[in-house]
Order: sequence, then C-alpha cells, then structure tokens
Amino acid sequence: MQDIKLKATEKRGLHELEAGKDLLGWDEVTQGSILPSFEGDASNIAHLKQEERDYSHYNSYTATVASWRVVKPVFNMDVCIDCQNCWVWCPDTSIISRDKQMLGIDYDHCKGCEVCVEVCPTNPKSLLMFNEHEDIENALSQWPEKKKKEKK
Amino acid sequence: MAITSVKNLKEFSTANDRFEGAHTLCPGCAHSMIVRELMNCTDDNLVIGTNTGCLEVSTAVYPFTSWDTSWIHIGFENAASAIGGAEAMHKARKRKGTLSDNDAPVKFVAFGGDGATFDIGFQWMSGAFERGHDFTYICLDNENYANTGGQRSSATPIGATTSTAQAGKHSYGKKEKKKDIVSIMAAHGAPYVAQLAPNKWKSMAKGFQKALETEGPCFINTVSPCCTEWKFEPKDTISITDLATDSLMFPIYEIIDGHELNILYRPKNVLKVEDYLAAQGRYKHLFKPEYRHVIDEIQKGVDDYWEMLQRREEARV
Ligand SMILES: Cc1ncc(C[n+]2csc(CCOP(=O)(O)OP(=O)(O)O)c2C)c(N)n1
Ligand code: SF4
Ligand code: SF4
Ligand code: SF4
Ligand SMILES: [Mg+2]
Repeated sequence: MQDIKLKATEKRGLHELEAGKDLLGWDEVTQGSILPSFEGDASNIAHLKQEERDYSHYNSYTATVASWRVVKPVFNMDVCIDCQNCWVWCPDTSIISRDKQMLGIDYDHCKGCEVCVEVCPTNPKSLLMFNEHEDIENALSQWPEKKKKEKK
Repeated sequence: MAITSVKNLKEFSTANDRFEGAHTLCPGCAHSMIVRELMNCTDDNLVIGTNTGCLEVSTAVYPFTSWDTSWIHIGFENAASAIGGAEAMHKARKRKGTLSDNDAPVKFVAFGGDGATFDIGFQWMSGAFERGHDFTYICLDNENYANTGGQRSSATPIGATTSTAQAGKHSYGKKEKKKDIVSIMAAHGAPYVAQLAPNKWKSMAKGFQKALETEGPCFINTVSPCCTEWKFEPKDTISITDLATDSLMFPIYEIIDGHELNILYRPKNVLKVEDYLAAQGRYKHLFKPEYRHVIDEIQKGVDDYWEMLQRREEARV
C-alpha cells in the first residue's frame, strides 16, 4: 500500500515550482490576473476528493516540492490505528486519508518536516523518518520493535 | 451551513482538503495547519482574502495558486476591506437575484498575520467591524513580521529578540508588552471573538464553525508557532503549541457579544512559562542571570491575565 495510485497522480507534481520561460516579464504584466484553480465548473469542489477533481495547471497541486526534502517519512500500515493525527497536523496536505483510513504519503508535496512522526501515538511509531534515498521496502524491514515503557 | 462533523478526528478527516500542497511555507509552519482546519470545517463555498505575509506570498507563487476556493490576493493592510466589499456585493446581487446560483451558501473569510492585524491593517479591520460585514477575520499570530525577516510587531511579547528589537549586552529584546487584540476586537461589539490554537484541533474547529455561522463580523486570534523566527525544530510545532496553551501564554477562550466570556481549555497541569520560553531560541538570552527578572515579569503578566479571564467568565461582563 506504500505506492498509492490516485487517478489524479497523472496531474500531481508535474512541474518544478518555478516560473516558466513563456511568462511575461515584470514590466509586461497587466494590473490584475485571475488564475482558475480548476478546468470548468468548480462549484462542487468541497464534495470531490482530490482524485475526482479536474485541476488546472495553475493549481499548485500540479506542482512539486519534493526536492526540498532531505529526509522522508515512511508509513508502516501494520502499526497504524488510523487516529488521523498525522492528517490534521500535516502542514503540506501530504497525508492521504480516505474514508477514515490513513493510506500513505503524497511525496510530491511532503517537505519532510517530521511533524507527522512527532504526533503519531503508536508504539512503535507508524511513521518514521529515513534518508530520502532509502528504499521503502528496506525501511519497512528495519522497523523497530515495540518499546517498553521506561519506569520513572 | 454545511458543517463537517468534528465529533472526532476520524470523522473530521473525511473532509476533502481545499488547500493544496506545493505552497512554499517553511516545513512545519503552523499557518497552513490553521488554514487547512478552517477550510475543512465547512462544505460551504468560501471567499477568502489574505493580507500580505508568509501565507499570501507562499500560496500564490505566480503562476500557481494553492487555493481551491475564490481567493483574493490583496495588499498588506486591506484583506478586511476587500472581503467586506465582496460580502457587500454578494448581498446586493443576492437581493437582485443576479447570482448564478442564488441559494449557494457562501462564507467570507479574511486572514492576516499579526503584523497586518495588530499594526498595519488595524484601521481597515476596525472599519470593517464597525460597518458590520458578515465575515470572519482570522489572525495567524506568530508574533513577528516573519515574511520580511522577523521584525518586532505589537504582538511580539516582552523579552523576545527580533531583528529590530535585538537582545544583547544592553538589551533583553523587546521592551513593550503584547497588545491585547482579543479584548480590543470584543470591544468593537463583535458577536463572536476567540483565541484558539492548532494543537487543540477540536476547540479550534468548533470555534471556526461558530464564527462562520454567526452573522456579523467575527474575530479569531490563532497562535501560529513559527519555527524559523521562534527558533525551534520544524517537527516540534505542535509540542511548542502545547507548551503555549499549557503555560497559559496563549489561553484558549471565546467572548460572545462582548461580554459572555468562556474559557475553552483549562490545562490539568499548568506549566511555568519558563518551560515554554526555554524551548525557543528567541528567548534564550532571558536565562542569563542579568535578564532573569524578565521571566518573572512575563510569568506575572500571564498569571494576572488568567486571573482576569476567570473573573470575567464568572461575572459575565
Ligand atoms: C504597506 C506595506 N508595508 C510593508 C510591506 C512589506 N511586508 C510584506 S509581508 C510583511 C510582514 C508580514 O508580517 P505578518 O503580517 O505578521 O505576517 P507573517 O509573515 O508573520 O505571517 C511586510 C512587512 C508590504 N507588503 N506592504
Ligand atoms: S513530513 Fe511533514 S509534510 Fe511530510 S507528511 Fe509528514 S507532516 Fe506532512
Ligand atoms: S498518526 Fe500514526 S497511527 Fe495515527 S493515522 Fe497517522 S500513521 Fe496512523
Ligand atoms: S517564516 Fe515562520 S510563518 Fe513564515 S513560512 Fe516560515 S515558519 Fe511559517
Ligand atoms: Mg507575523
């Protein structure tokens, strides 16, 4: 389940987050501009999951900040209790949660801040940080055992 | 209003995010945690305006937008005016029946940093409250002008070092106390004002829902820990917020109609402000012997304010 294939991944994370060469220069732009976030009608967006939406190429959903990361969170589904702590506190909308289940991490938008790991309550944690280049299967095979509570 | 259930976190997590990734806020920034919560707590259409600051510049990196709703990019000072104008136009067009869907529920929201809210956009916000627009103003209070390199604002607490009120041999940092913005906005006669924090996700979501539902101008101050300027590790944003609420540096409370004050969170173990200060680089110098008196002063300020809140809660005035 690490490799979540959402329909919208066709559109997700296509661009590096930088201005294209075909844009107007600072002295050529008009006084105002409108960037439509979606193709066509957008009146029902709150009722559509990301994979059901028709994002326009202006939407940052189609961009990636993956190159910001030097470490990445890895998700171990076997330990997860679907508490959704990681979902509510991820600052980068990068926890893929559907129908009350945590499914995995959106590596196009995750910046590797480690907040999700900090707020994960399971023992051992269901999310841990690894080097960006670490193979996911390899990371999962190194998962720590349950830690005994330290007696004070 | 179509409300998302916030009974528990699992139910809340069925909300479909309308704030997208690949914005350029720092890793671990609390601004986006707060914005996501606001946008997830309702299904209604949203018209949002944002004063210039980290949130605005990071979510509108031309030619990209991170907003899945109507969103207005405006000046540093005037998100409240822009949203007030949009709200007035919507009302008029609704009356005339010229909207494409006259019954679609719409909510109006303005976001501002503390610099925009406490200082530079204060007059514009105050005016919009006096005119009584039906909107919610949310301040993302990181206690400094973060977007331009961490200058002091009137939200910066006494004793914090900032780029324009630096601690050193001759100074302990900012000398002036933080402005009490929540009381000031309650004094405008606003029907709902509150101070909320992202670590207490449920009271924050409920407060946001109350503000959106309430007719008239509502104000919410949210504590938004800034790892870059407060100097802590990005992973610790939520634990720093815990220290903020549990030391009562940021008490969680609401004021209804200017007089009905309710404390929304009472920590079981109240921590010393020292614990909160020690976790951040911006207060490091206060632990030198010559500046320790400032810690005592901060603690006294926090104790007095908490006492005042409790008395007001009881007295209902
Ligand atoms: C009238 C005006 N003055 C100054 C600026 C420069 N400026 C842009 S963002 C910013 C700081 C914003 O601080 P705050 O409102 O606290 O938001 P934060 O970045 O901390 O979230 C400043 C000074 C401006 N854009 N417009
Ligand atoms: S590391 Fe940070 S950005 Fe990445 S999924 Fe976790 S909380 Fe989100
Ligand atoms: S915080 Fe941990 S246990 Fe909770 S949903 Fe996320 S991964 Fe699962
Ligand atoms: S400087 Fe602070 S407020 Fe601005 S994006 Fe970074 S963490 Fe967020
Ligand atoms: Mg600020």
